[in-house]
Amino acid sequence: MSSELNTGVYKQKQRRQKRLIEAGIIIAIAFILAVILPAVLPAFRLRLFGRFLALAIVALGIDLIWGYTGLLSLGHGIFFALGGYAIAMHLKLQIPEGQLPEFFTLYGVDKLPWFWQPFYSFPFTLIALVVIPGVVAGLLGYLVFRNRIKGVYFSILTQAALLVFFNFFNGQQKLINGTNGLKTDTEKIFDLLVSSSAVQRTFYILTVICLILIYLLCRWLTSGRFGRLLIAIRDDETRVRFSGYDTTGFKVLVFAISGAIAGIAGALYTVQTGIITPTIMQVAFSIEMVIWVAVGGRGTLIGAIIGTLLVRLAQTFLSERFPQVWLFFQGALFLTVVTVLPNGIVGWFRDYAWIKARSLFGLKQQLITYPQIEEDPEIQRERDQLTRK
Amino acid sequence: MSALIEGLFNGISIGSVLLIAALGLAIVFGLMGVINLAHGELMMLGAYTTFVVQNVFKPLGEPWFELYILFSLPVAFIVSALFGLALERGVIRFLYGRPLETLLATWGVSLILRQFVRSVNWLLVISIAVFCLCFFGGMAILKRLSHWERIRNWAITILLFISSAISIALGFLIDRVGTLALTKPWFSARNVDVTAPTWLRGGWKILGFQMPYARLFIIALTIICLLGVYWFLNRSTWGLRIRAVTQNRSMSACLGIPTAKVDALTFALGSGLAGVAGCAVSLLGSVGPNTGQNYIVDTFMVVVVGGVGNLFGTVVAGLSIGIINYLIGSGTLALIFTSTESLKPLVDFFLFFATSSMAKVMVFAIIITFLQVKPAGLFPQKGRTAEL
Repeated sequence: MSSELNTGVYKQKQRRQKRLIEAGIIIAIAFILAVILPAVLPAFRLRLFGRFLALAIVALGIDLIWGYTGLLSLGHGIFFALGGYAIAMHLKLQIPEGQLPEFFTLYGVDKLPWFWQPFYSFPFTLIALVVIPGVVAGLLGYLVFRNRIKGVYFSILTQAALLVFFNFFNGQQKLINGTNGLKTDTEKIFDLLVSSSAVQRTFYILTVICLILIYLLCRWLTSGRFGRLLIAIRDDETRVRFSGYDTTGFKVLVFAISGAIAGIAGALYTVQTGIITPTIMQVAFSIEMVIWVAVGGRGTLIGAIIGTLLVRLAQTFLSERFPQVWLFFQGALFLTVVTVLPNGIVGWFRDYAWIKARSLFGLKQQLITYPQIEEDPEIQRERDQLTRK
Repeated sequence: MSALIEGLFNGISIGSVLLIAALGLAIVFGLMGVINLAHGELMMLGAYTTFVVQNVFKPLGEPWFELYILFSLPVAFIVSALFGLALERGVIRFLYGRPLETLLATWGVSLILRQFVRSVNWLLVISIAVFCLCFFGGMAILKRLSHWERIRNWAITILLFISSAISIALGFLIDRVGTLALTKPWFSARNVDVTAPTWLRGGWKILGFQMPYARLFIIALTIICLLGVYWFLNRSTWGLRIRAVTQNRSMSACLGIPTAKVDALTFALGSGLAGVAGCAVSLLGSVGPNTGQNYIVDTFMVVVVGGVGNLFGTVVAGLSIGIINYLIGSGTLALIFTSTESLKPLVDFFLFFATSSMAKVMVFAIIITFLQVKPAGLFPQKGRTAEL
């Protein structure tokens, strides 16, 4: 009896230790991102890096639905853009009462369209940039998943939806300035110019905080029962359904969460870019988002962040020096990641490099059996009991 | 009345372009479940082949130049089919059973093809040739070694590294000493124009409107391709095998059908059809590196609506999407209702969607609604192999 209690305590202790280590790492990274980098990098580079971090947030959302649930969305640009447009509309309305944003006069519009009205309020905008993409994603997901459309069909439909949204935003000059998009750089927030360095630095810190919070949210979602259900849906959906779960509901929910995350990322990206145009909803950009996750390693949250940063840094470096090479490189990246590194960098490190490195230093090989039979104290105890008899 | 017929004709002609582009895609998707995002780029390859054939025929003079389009069709088919074959053997066959990964890999191929067309010059071609020579030559030599299997991974890595180093070094060398003729891009990023031969210009006047000959040619070409594919699938031995594998892959393999060969052949056929489609598309406007992108999503919609593994479904889907698209986009539908005063809101509603880009919004909404009723397309596969 006492030994049973002991194993429980031991396990709890181990878990607590792991949590502490993880929390320590996260705090250290947050410290580096939020305090050291702003001091080291010049303002222009910091702004660029802030944008990368915003993109890493989308990657987390995509990892949630692709890496864990197995749904490949090629339409995350929609939700990203919706979030971006929400904040841009709010910023555009920071003008004296009764005036219209200047582009409206170009097209002869003299009355603010009805859907612009609520964006006068800042709290509404904050809620809208999460809720609107989430609801749109949920609705789209519901219409698709309800009929058990899955796999590549789902991917194609999201891509088509993306094209549709692109066309819509691109064509409506009188409603949202069409192709030209909404410029936020020259607008004011709380009576400060958005492009001023103090505001940009605040946005950067805000991005870091959001990234960590959303990472923790995804971590919490994927580690518990919910996360195991998502993985089960990915691996064998039919079986999950036959076990009595409503997979449609779960899929809609996780797709909506992912859309909402993309919305937050879009808002943060927009204020740090200074403009949002419909080009953000191009087909290529949304597929690129997927490849960030694939490079880092799908099914690992940290992989999504690492992958985004690596690919974006490589893109900046290559397209600054050899603009022609970037597309070749990107194409090759797609091919190699899919054929040679299906689990991404983190997966490769976990499955191969870590074990190799351990054996180089003469450490005992970790057992990969699941659950780790040889190391499990309960099994050790049972074995002891058996041999004692 | 004449407006309606004109709308119908234009719709059919848009639909036939969609159909000829979607035909290859439908066959490949039906057989292998592979979504080929590089399909649009294979079309682009066909269109550029047409451009090259046209330039070859230009110096030959009058009677020959008029017929270049007929020669470029088989050439475009062969070029695209060969590229498709290489793609299948080189990449896709390693990814069967992982459709989402295939999708990403083909997207990578499409990116490479787009940039390739922009920056292809003799220098690049020579570098690639040298790379292939070094890599595959080295592989062929090393394969004779008795312990090949043991050193395989290392050998491939080292060979890859050495041959790319050689080809890049050679590229730099030629770049330094070579003439402008070697480094000048063939097509550059600008669009190129394919001039239709004189017998395809102008149109056929009937019932007060004009049917352009180029459109009629595309419709005829689509019909010929459809008949050809139908004959191939239903009357030839390989067609029988393709249909068998589409229905039940493992059972076909048990009965001795070489499924790997069937896959390669089907993929080559689908790619070749993309090449023919590209040839047709080049008659409609100028051709650029992004030509394929304009068609890719629409053709996928055709495949999704048509259902898998049924040519007839693809035909119906292609034509109806084309017709609906035109009727909404041109404002014909709005025009019909203007006569009745009480339908004013309906007219406004249709006028809102009466541009070609907004028509796509409407068509997508219709497709999503349609999929609520028939999730697996117009003619879904039946039987036990159909997925749950």
